[in-house]
Amino acid sequence: MTPTDAKRPLQLNDQGQLRHFLSLDGLPRELLTEILDTADSFLEVGARAVKKVPLLRGKTVCNVFFENSTRTRTTFELAAKRLSADVITLNVSTSSTSKGETLTDTLRNLEAMAADMFVVRHADSGAAHFIAEHVCPHVAVINGGDGRHAHPTQGMLDMLTIRRHKGGFENLSVAIVGDILHSRVARSNMLALKTLGCPDIRVIGPKTLLPIGVEQYGVRAYTDLAAGLKDVDVVIMLRLQRERMQGGLLPSEGEFYRLYGLSEQRLALAKPDAIVMHPGPINRGVEIESAVADGAQSVILNQVTYGIAIRMAVLSMAMSGQQAQRQLEQGDAQ
Amino acid sequence: MTLPDPAVLLAQMAADLRAHLARRGIHEPHFVGIHTGGVWVARALLAQLGQAEAPLGTLNVSFYRDDFSQHGLHPQVRPSALPFEVEGRHLVLIDDVLMSGRTVRAALNALFDYGRPASVTLVCLLDLDARELPIRADVLGATLSLAADQRVKLHGPAPLALELQTLAASH
Amino acid sequence: MKISIHGARVIDPASALDRTCDIHIEHGRIVALGEAPAGFAAEQQIAAHGLVAAPGLVDLAVSLREPGYSRKGTIASETRAAAAGGVTSLCCPPQTKPVLDTPAVVELTLDRAVAANHTRVFPIGALTKGLAGEQLAELVALRDAGCVAFTNGLAPLLDNRVLGRALEYAATFDLTVVFTSQDADLAAGGLAHEGPTASFLGLTGIPETAETVALARDLLLVEQSGVRAHFSQISSARGAEMIAAAQARGLPVTADVALYQLILTDEALAGFSSLYHVQPPLRSRRDRDGLRAALQSGVIGAIASHHQPHEPDAKLAPFGATEPGISSVEILLPLALTLVEDGLLDLPTLLARLASGPAQALGLPVGRLAVGEAADLTLFDPNASTLAGERWLSRGGNSPFLGHCLPGAVRYTLQGGRISHEG
Repeated sequence: MTPTDAKRPLQLNDQGQLRHFLSLDGLPRELLTEILDTADSFLEVGARAVKKVPLLRGKTVCNVFFENSTRTRTTFELAAKRLSADVITLNVSTSSTSKGETLTDTLRNLEAMAADMFVVRHADSGAAHFIAEHVCPHVAVINGGDGRHAHPTQGMLDMLTIRRHKGGFENLSVAIVGDILHSRVARSNMLALKTLGCPDIRVIGPKTLLPIGVEQYGVRAYTDLAAGLKDVDVVIMLRLQRERMQGGLLPSEGEFYRLYGLSEQRLALAKPDAIVMHPGPINRGVEIESAVADGAQSVILNQVTYGIAIRMAVLSMAMSGQQAQRQLEQGDAQ
Repeated sequence: MTLPDPAVLLAQMAADLRAHLARRGIHEPHFVGIHTGGVWVARALLAQLGQAEAPLGTLNVSFYRDDFSQHGLHPQVRPSALPFEVEGRHLVLIDDVLMSGRTVRAALNALFDYGRPASVTLVCLLDLDARELPIRADVLGATLSLAADQRVKLHGPAPLALELQTLAASH
Repeated sequence: MKISIHGARVIDPASALDRTCDIHIEHGRIVALGEAPAGFAAEQQIAAHGLVAAPGLVDLAVSLREPGYSRKGTIASETRAAAAGGVTSLCCPPQTKPVLDTPAVVELTLDRAVAANHTRVFPIGALTKGLAGEQLAELVALRDAGCVAFTNGLAPLLDNRVLGRALEYAATFDLTVVFTSQDADLAAGGLAHEGPTASFLGLTGIPETAETVALARDLLLVEQSGVRAHFSQISSARGAEMIAAAQARGLPVTADVALYQLILTDEALAGFSSLYHVQPPLRSRRDRDGLRAALQSGVIGAIASHHQPHEPDAKLAPFGATEPGISSVEILLPLALTLVEDGLLDLPTLLARLASGPAQALGLPVGRLAVGEAADLTLFDPNASTLAGERWLSRGGNSPFLGHCLPGAVRYTLQGGRISHEG
């Protein structure tokens, strides 16, 4: 006997529209494509003189960051402002002795102040799900990164990058290199690529940095960079954090770079028109050579622009989905 | 009711527009069509005016609609693309069907986020006489009166054709 | 008081008894099975036709949370909940505040248990002072105060040498040591079984080797010291195999498994529900199947609830910030009956694993339904059902089974001939 929990998808309203954006797991291909298409329209907005549309005018978006991040936080702020929303940013440092207000209380207080949407980043995997399910089910929750689990907006902006530079996903070969084990970006990318129909997804790293059962994502694992990079169209390099040198995962940054760093020679193993991506911030000389990061095949800076457009798309779609659900429920109540 | 033939309307509209622009002393305005039907009408109109090669702006107004709170983001149309400066220019804004006037209101807001035009002339193929806002076409193909459950749909891009539709029974 | 229970199907696994007959109780003891003794006039009659009478369940791991954690539970509330689950005797672990490492705390616990009078309580004392893993607790004094066994729980000992000596000391006085084998280093920071589910969810994994590496060491030290050993809360199939191999070698070790480990797997974690956050973690289907097989064969001779009630706040946070534990004693018998429903065990064998098996593992003088024994028994209707949570006595609402309809319903629990629960 196994207890079955309710199978209603948490992220979608009764019409299958986005109401929270927590993870790419379980989202259908049509929805991911809709996010990409919507983002394309928002890219155009960013190229104009007045980089604003009034979609979220009068709405309040709260960025609640339990984990530090300048990059993600500023792009979410910018995205919300370009939608004409009012933005509050809270940097809540997580103390391991957890004194002070609980997560639940912090968010409920913000909700009481009429926050319409939360963007949350937290060090615990599953934090965004917890918030969406138990704390504020009627306020759109956007996951800005939870532990190692998911970073769905990064996943989508990486997909937009690939689509804009490579046209589509059907015939593509994509390699993700580095610390897959600890990477929420890698997990979101693998899920997105699979859903969008990429036939050849590769993850490359030493065994200590490859999660057990990574094949369940429909990817092939390589421990040899040369073999993994052969003829790929897209190379996504992941950031290697200093802490990984402790605990027996890796001996040194130097050895990691020698074996898995993306140098010009290594890049030459991929297709000549392959693109190089990185979620940032880059560790030059650790996972990637400067010449490659700044080179002609790098689209790393474009990713930042696409990130704003994707976040605008997700914020507006989730707000729209929550409102539609509210109306549905009010309609049912009558 | 018999629907008018768009080709016939367009010929008249081209003449009316030429006259209107001359009266106002507007030379070389830029044309902007509202996705999707307005773009089709705009292209056809430019062809009638002998300016098929002129740059045409296309406008996606879904981010400016006033019904986001009720209906959310609509299924996506192509992004806006204005291949010219708006600031200080005379514009001709073209839509296929003028009904409540809200789409045109949204389009004006969108245009003003690109810059401050010198003037905007509104051209519509059809007016359904169901205005909810004080918006009026400067050049109009025809006025139609429909029953409450009727709608008209433009097919395109070429040839342009109008179709009368009856809405399904209310849900 | 003289009580007669009429018409139940009486099952006593220890004596292989399984027949429908009356039970007659006087002065808290069973005086007859079948015909009443001459001149016996019952003051209370219980009509038990269609019910099963079994020895009261013996639960080797019930956290009472008192002293020190009254938001999670008290001796009174949790023993009452246990009685509702069909339990008449339970062992409480030493992870209280203060730790159960002095006779004073043992006496406090026993006094409160006797005052509450819902179940018998057999405390398990701390192996080391404060469970800190450095200095031995005064084991003999604790035994004299009432502790029936000793454990350090999941807390590690300072090093293997200290562990080896602790076992030898315990062996000197014929004391039983209970092991929860988990290597602290391999399990460090872990939240879930290391496997595809944990990888997908991004949760730090506790590998199977955390259990098996510790188990290997523990079994060898048990063999060397000759200490009486019980291995608690085995969570992996490989771990169960190692216990079987040790038993086959002639090592007199016993083992128990948490009931929820026989039912749930790590797949339950999808969705991040903190109700499934337990330590040792829920493992894979293969592990669950291995544990079930070991239960069938008797390698694992006891099922325990491993009841750990929590206040709502402890579970209302992102997964990694929640406290591990499931509140489980209150539905011990109905939930266990699902194993009979699934065809894993027949009813007498299940009752052996729930009563006589646990009692034998720790040498407790309970777990039998026979003439001359204390009248500790539970009467349940195997054809009724229990809606978990309809009535909930434990302070801990942290059970993933709330709202589930479970087979069987406990009608009476008697402890020493006195009704401790009526359902």
